Amino acid sequence: MSRADHRLSWPVAMARHALLLAGSGLMLLPFVWMISLSLKPPEEIFRSSFSLLPQHWYVIENYAKALTAAALPRYMANGVLVCASILALQILICAPCAYALAKLEFAGRDLLFRLVLVGLLIPHQVLAVPLFILGYRVGLLNSYAALIFPFVVSPFGIFLFRQFFRSIPDEIVHAARLDGLSELAIVWRIMLPMAMPTIVAFSILSVVAHWNDLFWPLIAVKSPKLMPPALGVVIFRGGEASTEYGPLMAGAVLVILPLVLAFIVVQRWFIEGLTSTSLK
Amino acid sequence: MAAISLDRLSKRYGGNPVLDAVSLDIQDGEFLTLLGPSGCGKSTLLRVIAGLESQDSGGVAIGGVAVDGLRPKQRDVAMVFQSYALYPHMTVAANMALPLKMRRLTLLQRLPIVCRLLARTRATLRQIEEDVRRTAAALEIEHVLDRKPGQLSGGQRQRVAVGRAMVRRPSVFLMDEPLSNLDAKLRVTMRAEIKELHRRLGVTFVYVTHDQAEAMTLSDRVAVMLDGKLRQVGRPLEIYADPAERRVAEFIGSPKITMIEARVGEGGQVHVGSRLLPIETAQPPGSLIVLGIRPEAFTLVAPGAEGELLAGRVRLVEHLGSDLYIHLEGAGQAEPVIARLDAAQAPHIGIGEQIHLAVHAERMLLFASDGRRIRAATDRRPVAVVSGLRAAARAEYAR
Repeated sequence: MSRADHRLSWPVAMARHALLLAGSGLMLLPFVWMISLSLKPPEEIFRSSFSLLPQHWYVIENYAKALTAAALPRYMANGVLVCASILALQILICAPCAYALAKLEFAGRDLLFRLVLVGLLIPHQVLAVPLFILGYRVGLLNSYAALIFPFVVSPFGIFLFRQFFRSIPDEIVHAARLDGLSELAIVWRIMLPMAMPTIVAFSILSVVAHWNDLFWPLIAVKSPKLMPPALGVVIFRGGEASTEYGPLMAGAVLVILPLVLAFIVVQRWFIEGLTSTSLK
Repeated sequence: MAAISLDRLSKRYGGNPVLDAVSLDIQDGEFLTLLGPSGCGKSTLLRVIAGLESQDSGGVAIGGVAVDGLRPKQRDVAMVFQSYALYPHMTVAANMALPLKMRRLTLLQRLPIVCRLLARTRATLRQIEEDVRRTAAALEIEHVLDRKPGQLSGGQRQRVAVGRAMVRRPSVFLMDEPLSNLDAKLRVTMRAEIKELHRRLGVTFVYVTHDQAEAMTLSDRVAVMLDGKLRQVGRPLEIYADPAERRVAEFIGSPKITMIEARVGEGGQVHVGSRLLPIETAQPPGSLIVLGIRPEAFTLVAPGAEGELLAGRVRLVEHLGSDLYIHLEGAGQAEPVIARLDAAQAPHIGIGEQIHLAVHAERMLLFASDGRRIRAATDRRPVAVVSGLRAAARAEYAR
């Protein structure tokens, strides 16, 4: 941002950091509490006194129960399969669309782009009932396909890629055409590799959204074998662990752990991908 | 063989003509420069030749074959771009190999894993690698083959861009202001290298620039474009010494040509103010015309000497070693008159001094009020004068 930020007087800087710390503390509190509960035996969870760390460590019991009582590993494997499929198909479909909207000239291009923007505004919940009926008619309900297909066309992905592709100079596209690349080859060999930060940013947003999605899986699948992690945790809570908050919290920790780890690995590119507007 | 023939090319962007009936024949092996100010349509013309943009009407033929329906890759042309347009995520070697891979390998062979398995693919890849290495050696960029474009200097990027165009041996080279992103010193070096490249390859070059010095030093012929129209096509010195119209005369030449209003009198005599010029014209008496004089056409004369054309006060003296540029004001002109004088002949001129200038009849260029060139009736331009002009122009552009 502006250089003036670095010249703040120290009381202002202190106040700013205090505010930011308070904000992040507020954000983190539920997570810290979740982890804390996942370490405690049942009697300590309901004790009126407050402590973050347990007096008797109940780690193995809670986590073992979380992993065995419900099919948590199965739910997470489902999550990996569903999220990976959604992401791969999203990129496969969004990148060529975004390229066409950013770099090709054809009648109706601007209208199509406006439709994409309208698509951005529609919450997925609005489409749930039509999608459910559609899934029922084509017989896809209660399958992996039901979890994957409604998400493969992502207006947000098209928008994000289109914005990045527009920042790539036309001369690169022209050079590629002269070098003999077809339009699709330009997308896969030139545009997408250049858009790596954008791909990372989009991947994180997409995976987080679908890994944590509860609403649609609740509608689309009934078989526990197909359930993704978030739905699995809910089922777990309703069944075996209705009053056992320790194992439930342990399950929740296990479910978000892959996301947190993945984010830590790629966060640098994530920030770059969302903030970069051009190549130079 | 690849002569290029442009036939009445026209193109509009939202109602504005960018190309206006451009017709031009470029010989096989010629170095032709499209010269014009920015926005004159020269880059658009280049992209139409390459097939990157389509014309509204008219046709392009390369090597005698109409290419209007062909995609860029089918036209056997290569292009070097102003921004170089290197692929930032690929190494220099990969950048240069890409055009060869797209031409010599099938879609199947280009798949990442398959390509390693087939013996014939491996042989083709080795051949591509060899071709890339040889081109890189010719351009002295062998040592940067493993780097990415972001790690190269401007001059090296420029060479890689040329290399990527060169490696597949096209019959036409198109260059779109390839030197404009380089610093002044490097530009002169690369200019000489491009000239040398053209000599060595012997293929047709079409070069777009707004820089007169590049156009003059590199080209066999220069095509001056203004407002989407080709105004004059000719050898560099022809364009300088014998411009076809006023705007060409004003665009070419630095410092700018001096334009003086003149009036046609009885019998085709030409008057500037009260002075009678030693030339005649066939323009009707009473019409207003314009007299153009190149800075080096002025000679210093004594006050009242025969042939004196104008006098004025020196406002600025620019010493360039062998020459002086004298800026004169109050010579009856709105803009200062710029004269180029030999430093040895005019050593003592100081600011504020009154000096008197004359011009030879042969070096006066007449333009009608609509900008058309008028050939003066007495302008018979002996060969010796033209060769003198050539020497002057060469000195001008050697800088």
